[in-house]
Amino acid sequence: MNKQVLIAGFGGQGILFSGKFLAYEGLIDGKEVSWLPSYGPEMRGGTANCSIIVSDTKIGSPIVDKPDVLIAMNAPSFDKYINAVVSGGQVFVDSSLIEQKVERTDVEAYYIPATKIASDENLPGLANMIILGMMIKKSGIMPYENIEKALNKVVSAKKANLLELNKKALQIGYDY
Amino acid sequence: MSEKVLMKGNEALAEAAIMAGCKHYLGYPITPQTEIAAYMSKRLPKIDGGVFLQAESEVAAVNMLIGVASTGKRAMTSSSSPGISLKSEGISYLAGCDLPALIVNVQRGGPGLGGIQPSQSDYFQATRGLGHGDFHLMVLAPASVQEMVDLVFKGFDLAEKYRVPAMILSDGTMGQMMEPVSLDAGVINNYDKSWALTGTKGERKPNIVNSLYLKPEELEVKNMERFERYAQIEKNEVMYEEYKMDDAEICIVAFGVAARVSQNAIDIARQQGIKVGMIRPITLWPFPKDALYEAAKKVKAFISVELNMGQMVEDIQLATKCTREVLLCNRVGGMIPTTENVLDKINEAVKLGGVK
Amino acid sequence: MAVVFEKPKALTDAVLHYCPGCTHGIIHRLVAEAIDELGIGGRTIGVASVGCSVMTYNYFNCDMVQAAHGRAPAVATGVKRSDSNNIVFTYQGDGDLAAIGTAETVHSAARGENITIIFVNNAIYGMTGGQMAPTTLPGQVTQTSPYGRDVEKVGYPLKVCEMLSQVDGATYLERVAVNNVKNIKVAKAAIKKAFQNQVEGKGFSLVEVLSTCPTNWGMTPENAIHWLEENMMPYYPLGVYKDKTAK
Repeated sequence: MNKQVLIAGFGGQGILFSGKFLAYEGLIDGKEVSWLPSYGPEMRGGTANCSIIVSDTKIGSPIVDKPDVLIAMNAPSFDKYINAVVSGGQVFVDSSLIEQKVERTDVEAYYIPATKIASDENLPGLANMIILGMMIKKSGIMPYENIEKALNKVVSAKKANLLELNKKALQIGYDY
Repeated sequence: MSEKVLMKGNEALAEAAIMAGCKHYLGYPITPQTEIAAYMSKRLPKIDGGVFLQAESEVAAVNMLIGVASTGKRAMTSSSSPGISLKSEGISYLAGCDLPALIVNVQRGGPGLGGIQPSQSDYFQATRGLGHGDFHLMVLAPASVQEMVDLVFKGFDLAEKYRVPAMILSDGTMGQMMEPVSLDAGVINNYDKSWALTGTKGERKPNIVNSLYLKPEELEVKNMERFERYAQIEKNEVMYEEYKMDDAEICIVAFGVAARVSQNAIDIARQQGIKVGMIRPITLWPFPKDALYEAAKKVKAFISVELNMGQMVEDIQLATKCTREVLLCNRVGGMIPTTENVLDKINEAVKLGGVK
Repeated sequence: MAVVFEKPKALTDAVLHYCPGCTHGIIHRLVAEAIDELGIGGRTIGVASVGCSVMTYNYFNCDMVQAAHGRAPAVATGVKRSDSNNIVFTYQGDGDLAAIGTAETVHSAARGENITIIFVNNAIYGMTGGQMAPTTLPGQVTQTSPYGRDVEKVGYPLKVCEMLSQVDGATYLERVAVNNVKNIKVAKAAIKKAFQNQVEGKGFSLVEVLSTCPTNWGMTPENAIHWLEENMMPYYPLGVYKDKTAK
């Protein structure tokens, strides 16, 4: 297995965090992983993206320019990366922020109004985890059981209350 | 081996330095290396004898480094390209004073203020001309977060063994990426430090750490002696890694992130039946000249993959005595060559003829 | 036979390279006497600068490190931060401290580094042969101000003690001169205090010493002393500019 995941959206949407969570899931599962963020001024408000690779074998380039899986959390990112997805790949779209539909027929498209759900369910800032939950289910990138273990790694003990919220968000996406 | 943790390259490097006994970090903020300073500012004050200082300039930071190094203690500074230029004065003094110290360059695009995205355009600066005068420093190029850790131990060790400054020549990708890493302590050898400034305590003659020799015959002797040490380094400390070189007809030479991309391209080209491999220099100075010279006897062509306008190309040509074509695959300005870029160049090499 | 005069232990036997009539020799001796009297030679580490005092590492009988031009306070910071038991001093001229090394000077003061700086101000670059310094007086002729320092074109001299007195981190700042026996005694007391402060952990101390440069001023040593008294001392008044240790 070698899954190349690109998560893209606005700075502040938790793009890097959800990527980190995914990388930890892979690590717990005994996989090779890499996580590479965009960095610089764009971290503070502009577009942000994050390359994650989960693989059975040693990872070469950590840069994902042809993702197997794209998670798009805003329209500019959708436009920028939709054609980069490999044929047969998967695209996850936050339909509460992105009006466009996937016109390509050679990729699987999934729509979820993650931002709206986050707001309805009182899960502020956790649209990233909702859409990720859906991605974990549909891509089979890793077993469901690892979710909690990975959360324990990325959410510091001091913020235990966030643990439950993140778990809930992932679950909603997973069951969507 | 300790449990693997996910860490950013910059932070893993900083933690490794602390594990290697470096209690003094002197720095100045600049993207994309600032995590090193931030990490040190958090950790060092909690360590007995730990000192983190944010200097008023890169120039001051490297001179503070000289001050600590002259007392025989392990010290580190880090910066990114424009800041390294400012440090070059001090690096020349470190070399002239025969002081061991570790300097980290998390490279970004240049010249001038350039950009903040990854680059390898300080290759010449690091391997040829980091400051005035005749000197070298050890230049180590990590290609993974794990190597960001391992080469810190190596860098300090070699610096003290040969009394030379050592540099970790990294780039924005290596600094910013996270990979699983084992934070295992490396070897810390006890080298003679009778030269260090510890105060005479009234028991010995004063030690003097100095790079000034007004008598040319004295300076000549100093420089000759230093180059004898450099010759030992070139003989004993070359590090490189071979990837699928056994039957290779084309040899890629790449370091750092360029080597990571090249690995992907090699795997794909191999599936297409193209016999391509890679020699990845881990020490850029000393450069793995002999390995390349030997490779030139077997392969038909070389490809240098670099994030600059073609700097290492010259070392490959020198090492192989221009007996083989050396193609350049490069992106600059903060762009990183893609797997396709490298594959295209491999196909170009195939067309040169002689490659099956 | 009673010893009536001897060389301080903190000076080596090396013959000073300074020009006849230059007051560096006096200042070296005052520094060495202070080190001896405080009994700190065994833990003192000096930082030599660039300028006429570049080779002080040959003259002070303690561990020494040679710094790049202007960088001595940064190097001293590193040495001091390596081990706070070290007594660390820099010995710098005006070009080194007040031109190329202004940032290092100001910021080591701002940090309140517990170091001692001996600042020798002779209003000229001596080692390179008499060029205009940051402390060259208005109208003063040097090799690079052959028509006299024109403040309209090249600006005014820096008054280091006055400037640093505004820096909160500085502990002790005094300007002295070595033009006569009385002032030499005052200078000695100031230099000793600057070291004493460090021993007691009181922070950044700088003593500015007005000094002569007969060779580059183009005068006899005697006339140089008179020139210092008539021209430098009015522009750079002697005295304590800051003393946080004063009760």
